[in-house]
Amino acid sequence: MEIKDTAVAGTLESSDIQIMISKAADGIQIDLQSDVEKQFGDQIRQVITTTLNNLGINAAKVKAVDKGALDCVIKARTIAAAQRASQTTDQPAWEVL
Amino acid sequence: MAENEERLRRTMMFVPGNNPAMVKDAGIYGADSIMFDLEDSVSLSEKDAARVLVYEALQTQDYGNAELVVRVNGQDTEFYANDVKAMVKAGIDVIRLPKAESADMVKQLEADILAAEKEFGREVGSTHLMAAIESAKGVLNAPQIAAASDRMIGIALSAEDYTTDMKTHRYPDGAELEFARNMVLHAARAAGVAAFDTVFTNMDDTEGFYRETEYIHQLGFDGKSLVNPRQIEMVNKVYEPTQKEILNAKNVINAIEEARLKGSGVISMNGQMVDRPVVLRAQRVMGLAKASNLVDEEGNYIEK
Repeated sequence: MEIKDTAVAGTLESSDIQIMISKAADGIQIDLQSDVEKQFGDQIRQVITTTLNNLGINAAKVKAVDKGALDCVIKARTIAAAQRASQTTDQPAWEVL
Repeated sequence: MAENEERLRRTMMFVPGNNPAMVKDAGIYGADSIMFDLEDSVSLSEKDAARVLVYEALQTQDYGNAELVVRVNGQDTEFYANDVKAMVKAGIDVIRLPKAESADMVKQLEADILAAEKEFGREVGSTHLMAAIESAKGVLNAPQIAAASDRMIGIALSAEDYTTDMKTHRYPDGAELEFARNMVLHAARAAGVAAFDTVFTNMDDTEGFYRETEYIHQLGFDGKSLVNPRQIEMVNKVYEPTQKEILNAKNVINAIEEARLKGSGVISMNGQMVDRPVVLRAQRVMGLAKASNLVDEEGNYIEK
């Protein structure tokens, strides 16, 4: 999957996470903002990175604002943002869901 | 008709599909059915995100014994096909078709579900379906809609769209819904599926909510669609059997057991023959009593 645009998914409401994905030269760079950064920062980054890798994305800039999202929400918002950024929203990546 | 003779369906709680807080907590309120919504409660620009969110939540969240339902977008929208595929892949119990107007629409959904079950390696027939009746045409075709598929578990009346279609709006006494309610209910009973009444949205009118719930309980609806978890307890209270009903049901069930032990085909109680409708009603009362925690394991009434 190729990142073509900058795209956002998720909101700033409680239990959600807002994820913005844009192009990068190489590697997954994550800028994370979270009240639980100390306890769960590594875990959140891990979920985002794994999800992107599963989508075949190895280079992306990610800005994430977490409001206490569960892993399943982090994964869902990452997939939604990545599909929007790669303009593949109408062809869901079934194998990654 | 799908396997659903005894399943309790008093409460079907609507959960907006793009709201993570509500999606994750949906299981804690004790609703008989949870309906994740991808349709009207999700804005056009968020349809993709809601679909993925509900999908991922279904993979990881524990919703207990609740029956899990998803309302997909209508067949005339660009979202419908992917909604159905994603929810079948997620292993949802029931797909709810909005704005059902004909048996053909249900057959189309059935074909789409079957194709998705095959594509994603899910057991054929494991995904059930239900239809929401939201227009004059839907009400008049309700008998055909309810009987259109072996996967059908029930039909629901959706009063907001229906009253708009009828050039009226909702009134406190519900007279404008009388025909539709009775059609939907009869169609459901004739097809052997569940009947769900419409939502009641005015959360400040508790008295009105009880009045409406008692009315649809009297008619014979299985239950009601709800927009707020606070309404679950209220519906359950209306559906709770009385002590007298429970004691009577227990006597009927004892009489059945006695007849079985004696090897007798005829069931009698207090010298009177007990026929099939009485048995069915007793079993339904005991099911409700168990769900309301009014009886112990052996079916004995528990004083409150």
